[in-house]
Amino acid sequence: MLEIKELHKSYPIGDSSLHVLKGINLSVKQGEMVAIMGSSGSGKSTLLNIIGMLDQADSGEYILDGLLIKNLTEKKAALYRNKFLGFIFQSFNLINYKNALENVALPLYYQGMKRKDRQELAMFHLEKVGLVDWAHHLPKELSGGQNQRVAIARALAANPKLLLADEPTGALDMNTSYEIMEFIQQLNDEGKTILMVTHEDDIAHMCKRIVRLRDGVIMEDSKIDQVRAKKNV
Amino acid sequence: MVKFLLEKDTWQEVIDSLSKNKLRSILTMVGVWWGILLLIALLGSAKGIENNFNARFKNYATNSLFIFSGRTSIPFKGYQEGRRIKLNLNDVERIKENISGVEYVVPSIQVQMTLSRNTLTSNFTGRGEFPLLDILAKKDLVWGRNINQQDVDEQKKVIVISDDFYKQLFEKGENPIGKMVKSEKVSFKVIGVFEAVNFGGPQIDFDIPFTTAQQLYNRGNDVDLMMITGNPSFEINQIDADIKLLLKNIHGIHPDDNRALNGFNLGDRFEQLTGFLIGMQFLTWFVGIATLIAGVFAIGGILLISVKERTKEIGVRRALGATPYLIKRQIIVESVSISLISGVLGIISGGLILMLVNKLAAQGEDAFMRNPSVSNGMVLLALIIITVLGTLIGLIPATKATNVKPIDALREE
Ligand SMILES: Nc1ncnc2c1ncn2[C@@H]1O[C@H](COP(=O)(O)OP(=O)(O)OP(=O)(O)O)[C@@H](O)[C@H]1O
Ligand SMILES: [Mg+2]
Repeated sequence: MLEIKELHKSYPIGDSSLHVLKGINLSVKQGEMVAIMGSSGSGKSTLLNIIGMLDQADSGEYILDGLLIKNLTEKKAALYRNKFLGFIFQSFNLINYKNALENVALPLYYQGMKRKDRQELAMFHLEKVGLVDWAHHLPKELSGGQNQRVAIARALAANPKLLLADEPTGALDMNTSYEIMEFIQQLNDEGKTILMVTHEDDIAHMCKRIVRLRDGVIMEDSKIDQVRAKKNV
Repeated sequence: MVKFLLEKDTWQEVIDSLSKNKLRSILTMVGVWWGILLLIALLGSAKGIENNFNARFKNYATNSLFIFSGRTSIPFKGYQEGRRIKLNLNDVERIKENISGVEYVVPSIQVQMTLSRNTLTSNFTGRGEFPLLDILAKKDLVWGRNINQQDVDEQKKVIVISDDFYKQLFEKGENPIGKMVKSEKVSFKVIGVFEAVNFGGPQIDFDIPFTTAQQLYNRGNDVDLMMITGNPSFEINQIDADIKLLLKNIHGIHPDDNRALNGFNLGDRFEQLTGFLIGMQFLTWFVGIATLIAGVFAIGGILLISVKERTKEIGVRRALGATPYLIKRQIIVESVSISLISGVLGIISGGLILMLVNKLAAQGEDAFMRNPSVSNGMVLLALIIITVLGTLIGLIPATKATNVKPIDALREE
């Protein structure tokens, strides 16, 4: 699914530069559910953004679904993001003047799908996250958990192969976090590959594998026994 | 692109984005609307002033000059200063013979008369004229005709009066043709009424045949005023100088004496006025464009406020798979539509203002404007300006947000 070799990334800060990723090697197979952990500033988000093609590595190799991701034009990158990737952000990143249904339908719009089909499909995904009754509400009329469910529905809408989530439960209380994790686990059960960044141990243990970053390298990478979110609710 | 413009989705997005960001939309609209309104109103008004000048000048040969005599201001050849110079018909002949480039020399005599009709009496200044004058300084007739050669040849007691004159001695709407007006000496038959034009100097309220004036007032060979036109290929200022030199020679006037011969050069005045008009047009354009630029800056300010919010939104859209092209296209359609709508509103309200100006300031003889209007070309130009503006307004944030990495756009708070 995903193959990363000797990935480096640094940010220029004034005259010097901050070396954030210092040779990451990571391989993720189809159907895995990986938690990326590490202290604040260890480069978790940076790594996830590079995987999501929202950012570019300075050096190293990154292969997604057999495709070498290197020096892509913005047009190509947009196309891959649309086809392969679904994003879930800590701050939801919904468009505030669009209602839930329109937000979910947006990736489909960029796929060139017809309006009617789009709305139907979006509704189907909203149903999956249990928000059919809220389809015509604006983000500001929804709770944090509901907004994150809309965001999940949106990430799923285009049927991506890989879901990328940067602290998807970071802005939510425990109960809501577990609700969201339940959805994400369900998606993984259905075969989606999932990569998520998290700070919380309990959330990380709901994945099937934990990767720990420190000082820009992976210092630990282990398979774990998944804790189901359901029984915790 | 055409297909894109015909799709309902496109416009749904435009309407969504505009209506959900009301403040931004309204401020942009007001900016563009105001700029275009001012541009149209200013250009139309300037056109009105120009039309007015053209209308006033249309009857004058512009390569012409007036000469009338005054008193000397420098003693010369044994004469004291303050001597009154009298021009005469011989001077007219000499000018015709000696000055190259002269086309016509038309003399006239100034006449003051107290004229009365029934119980109404008033003082008027007029001239004894030749019909040729009409070629040089054509008067618009309200009624009847001008002096003709026969009137001059037969010293007829006929008079052409100004509309002011008519108002003073006639009832409103009364046909004056064939009616008699009495002076101290004789009665004149009214043969025409002209529209008075004030053009510097005393207002002329009537014309009588030159010969009639000559005989009635015993003026002999006197000439009070000459109107001279030059051949179009000659410089009217040169003719002016040549004639003054000749007359100074004949009448023994010091070469540097500028008071003995008066007159003005219509060519000069026309040039001044044309210069003034060009200056005014330039100013109008300048003000108009400056207004537009100010508008753009105002809009730019608004944009800058909204650009961050917009950048984030664009970042989200990019994460969802929107290509830079799709984003730019959408935003430009959005900003061009909003600019065009407000621009067209600006054109319409500018037009309404011009209609109002037309009602208030462009009616009647003394109005300083005539038919203020903008041409189709101007409207087209305004539309082009709007479209360019609209494109820029949209392109700036769109380019800014698509040139950075998606993650940087997303990070914008
Ligand atoms: N655009 C940027 N410019 C400069 N430095 C940056 C930029 N983005 C991140 N950094 C720096 O790179 C380092 C890693 O950032 P990153 O966001 O990947 O950390 P993180 O592991 O996600 O931390 P957190 O847990 O706080 O989210 C940090 O020190 C951060 O300050
Ligand atoms: Mg982070």
